[in-house]
Amino acid sequence: MIPAENILPLPLTDDFVPGESNFIQVKDFKFFYGKKRALHGITLDIPSRQVTAFIGPSGCGKSTLLRNFNRMNELIPGVRHEGDITIHGTSIYDPSVEIIALRRRIGMVFQKSNPFPMSIYENIVYPLRIAGQKDRSVLDETVERCLRSAALWEEAKDRLHDSALGLSGGQMQRLCIARAVASRPEILLMDEPCSALDPIATAKVEELIVELKKDFTIVIVTHNMQQASRVSELTAFFYLGNLVEFDDTKKIFTNPSQKQTEEYITGRFG
Amino acid sequence: MGENLIPVGSGSPITREYRPRTDFFRGICWLASIVTVLLLAFILGEILIKAWPAIQKFGLGFITGVQWSPNREIFGVLPVLIGTAASSLIALALALPLGLAIALFLSEDFLPVAIRQTIRFVIELLAAIPSVVYGLWGIFVVVPLVQKYGGVLADKLGFLPFFQGPAYGNSLLTASLVLALMVLPTITAISRSALVAVPKTLREASYALGATRWESILGVILPTAASGIVASSILAFGRAMGETMAVAMLIGNSQRLSWSFLAPSNTLSALLANQFAEADGIQVNALMYAAALLVLMTLVVNMVGEAILRQTQKATAGLR
Repeated sequence: MIPAENILPLPLTDDFVPGESNFIQVKDFKFFYGKKRALHGITLDIPSRQVTAFIGPSGCGKSTLLRNFNRMNELIPGVRHEGDITIHGTSIYDPSVEIIALRRRIGMVFQKSNPFPMSIYENIVYPLRIAGQKDRSVLDETVERCLRSAALWEEAKDRLHDSALGLSGGQMQRLCIARAVASRPEILLMDEPCSALDPIATAKVEELIVELKKDFTIVIVTHNMQQASRVSELTAFFYLGNLVEFDDTKKIFTNPSQKQTEEYITGRFG
Repeated sequence: MGENLIPVGSGSPITREYRPRTDFFRGICWLASIVTVLLLAFILGEILIKAWPAIQKFGLGFITGVQWSPNREIFGVLPVLIGTAASSLIALALALPLGLAIALFLSEDFLPVAIRQTIRFVIELLAAIPSVVYGLWGIFVVVPLVQKYGGVLADKLGFLPFFQGPAYGNSLLTASLVLALMVLPTITAISRSALVAVPKTLREASYALGATRWESILGVILPTAASGIVASSILAFGRAMGETMAVAMLIGNSQRLSWSFLAPSNTLSALLANQFAEADGIQVNALMYAAALLVLMTLVVNMVGEAILRQTQKATAGLR
């Protein structure tokens, strides 16, 4: 396991305040791919244990911002940022923050489901194994807990040791959600999790998102505006690297204050 | 009716018309493919016909026999079969860790792309060096080295049967060392493409779960590429078994059975290269029998390698 001092002080159990309004704070955050500026000074506060949706046309910077919360963008050479992002008051760029520990505390689900070519069981326990967990009962228990929270237990319990690649597309994505919550993160990032799924699988994942927000702070990037309005409490509309509007989802979809937002959600551009 | 609509029936017809050039080209392709298959059949047939008297005379005793003395017309290739397998296995054991390490180094982002490309190019150039040049290099560089340090090996590890006795310069170890170098490009190139084929999404998944680079390589990337790496080893093994000139120049050409890597040995291909020129009578048939065995072994090894490679491509196709 990671030494305790390297673990970002996320409110996992003790001092956790449900509904902390500024759980994730983005402070005048700018981001560059080489010379190209992808984000122009974004400032927003994301509350805990709610679903916040990022919408906007392709290339607006919503995925870029999402991928900064767990510092995944740093895998790309030549990127740089200005400003700050804090989680429960701690800057994720603080030199004392261990990037590995940060990522263990923030689950991520990708656009295309990406199960490892191993068994369902091994997929889920992967984050525990790399953390050094060897206790069989802990692993077994984690597999059941995660599959249940991803609503996949009933379908998968008899084939835990079969290859994950034999699952259907929707099941694979739910497996990836199960894997993402295996290390008990506080935050779940979802980058267009349903864009490769059929409507029935999408509905299941959406149901799951609503269920998961009891335990996780969820930030979801989506191109599907109905999805944003169905699953999220808050919606942020991005355009050309700027945050145009950030408000209650209901307000954004019924009475947006910015003209650009209205044009986008009514399908007049984008 | 709009002007820009193409009226049906004008322009290019949708029915097949006679196309002499296409048919001609198709014919040439067919011919070339059939000639290739026939050629393989012809070579195999010729070997088997020439080998037939020996097969009839010696039967399976040829394979289990330990003596090879053309003067007394006793032919047994067991030591040579063992030498073939041993030299290829030792070469593989030496080349696989090295080749895999290079492949990993070249497929992950440890180095700037320009440097990676240069290293990759140089390693693939190793495959372009003619076998006889490897043999000469072996005679002038590796043989003296084995003579010099083989004694040290025998001193320190002499309790193992593999390192006993006097260290001859021309030995199984010498041939295996040079063979290892010769199969390195095969292992590196095929392993590298298997590693590069591991989808980026899997790396991302692993990093996002808090894995370090090494954990991702060991836990996800290597297992995903495993069958490609196995295939590279098998193909390299096949290459090492068939390799002739360099081995014939370095292995010492002795049909005596020995456990020691430091003793001279022989392989099927080296045996053929060394004896065929002066052979006559039943010895020619015996050598052809040996050639048939060699062809059989390399064919089987290559087929297994190809099959595994194809299986890999099928297995990872679902990931993309």
